[in-house]
Amino acid sequence: MEIPTDHLNKMSVAEFDTSKLLINAARQRDQRKLEDVLIVDVDCHHYENESMKDIVEFIDDPVLRRTAQVYSGAGTGANNPFMMGSPGSQDVAGRVTRYPLRKMEETPDDDKHRDIHLSLRWMDAMGVDYVMLFPTPMLLLGLHPVPEYEAAMSRAYNRWLTEKILTEEKRLKTMLYLPFNDPDATYKMVQDFGECDGVCGFMVVSTRYKPVYDNAYMKTYSLIEEMGKPLAFHGSYSWNDQLLGNTNRFLVTHALGFTVFNAVHMSNWIVNGLPERFPKLDVMWIESGLAWVPWLMQRLDNDYRMRSSEAPLLKRLPSEYMGEMFYSSQPMEMPHNPDILEMTFKMINAETQLCWSSDYPHWDMDVPSVIWDLPFLDERQKRNILGDNARRLYNLDVSDRFPNYQPPS
Amino acid sequence: MAQELFVSKTSELADGDRKIVPNGNYEIGVYRVNGELFAYQNVCPHQGGPACEGLLMAKVEEVIAEDKTYQGMTFNHDEMHIVCPWHGWEFDLATGDMVADRKFRLKKYDVVEKEDSIYVTV
Repeated sequence: MEIPTDHLNKMSVAEFDTSKLLINAARQRDQRKLEDVLIVDVDCHHYENESMKDIVEFIDDPVLRRTAQVYSGAGTGANNPFMMGSPGSQDVAGRVTRYPLRKMEETPDDDKHRDIHLSLRWMDAMGVDYVMLFPTPMLLLGLHPVPEYEAAMSRAYNRWLTEKILTEEKRLKTMLYLPFNDPDATYKMVQDFGECDGVCGFMVVSTRYKPVYDNAYMKTYSLIEEMGKPLAFHGSYSWNDQLLGNTNRFLVTHALGFTVFNAVHMSNWIVNGLPERFPKLDVMWIESGLAWVPWLMQRLDNDYRMRSSEAPLLKRLPSEYMGEMFYSSQPMEMPHNPDILEMTFKMINAETQLCWSSDYPHWDMDVPSVIWDLPFLDERQKRNILGDNARRLYNLDVSDRFPNYQPPS
Repeated sequence: MAQELFVSKTSELADGDRKIVPNGNYEIGVYRVNGELFAYQNVCPHQGGPACEGLLMAKVEEVIAEDKTYQGMTFNHDEMHIVCPWHGWEFDLATGDMVADRKFRLKKYDVVEKEDSIYVTV
């Protein structure tokens, strides 16, 4: 395969193998003895569009299924009425080569799905034991103008994922995609799939225009709270958004998009008193990095002190509720002054609330050493963040990987 | 003590080519560009990616007119960049400096050409 390196020249690549690409991650794993550490990745991805022909067969509605069958042949989702696109260049115009090269990677021709083979390759290289697996193009499905399409496609995806992937490989788990634009379909999804093997929680993609305080969602929050599973909001971006449309470089669209949508939902969640209404519901914020949290804590606390009449359900400062929520680490910012990162960890109570995530195979992925090598953490804190916080959050049985597992002490 | 690590025969590394040679726990990427030889450890200072296995690309520059208006972008082939394939960090081929934040750099090695062979001093 050839990748253009400028407007005239190309670089030829003969083969692509995830294990080879990540050999330095495997070296880090061995140097740090990470095989002995429980590592749970709370946010990684696969490319469900490559399995779209299989997934659409699970669409219940015969007319929508037939429509999806017509377009699923394209494979990439191009011109697919079920998929929402957005302009963008996640792979920095081909510089992050695993994007253009992934189609070259060979996997064994056996009963195991290709996505299982590919997931285990990078997991083993990094020393990851379990993952929460999420889709990729579907992360924009919340922008679909018709809620019925999101509901139909996500229900089909969830059936396919739980029946064809999660049951086949116990190291792969998920927080179930919820079609949040349709509150009733969201409730039914939790009811119907919430107890399936491998479903550790529920996930709302933040990139949409539905407020989390809508009364229509209260029965779903109650049900999830009753189940004892966490609810996550997963960041994403849209260059078609009116605000982000003012930016002309994907760098900015990405840096702001992945945080702004979560910041809006977080703010609504807090000031509408949802932590008081659902005190036992664990809430997690995924793929927005960490720097946005201290910023929002300070902004909300400052305004709340002057306008508490607008948030009468609150019994404490917004930052105190935020400090009890869970956060995924990636893409973890590397400030010039490491004191800033250390203070961020303190503000979010990272020791108990932060869960490492890779976001692999996406372009801004993190390896476990981003946590393991931090100078201001002791080993217990590192083990908590890399795996034990997630184990507790999901009540995860890790006995197949660690038969005599003992929490860090 | 410094040792010379054989890279290749001179004739086997044409202008514009790159060769990656094993060196202990890691590899070294050796480049010949515009007749000059460069060698760097195949480890990105960011998260450890195999930087030398990525693309070699010309620096991208903005074209700004005298009236300060933006006129587009162009490639500057006088500054070539090694691009790490894990995250896209770019390094100046001539110095190994990370171009966006020069406090980071690739580990550089001396390269010598003797008789008909290329060696890296390790």
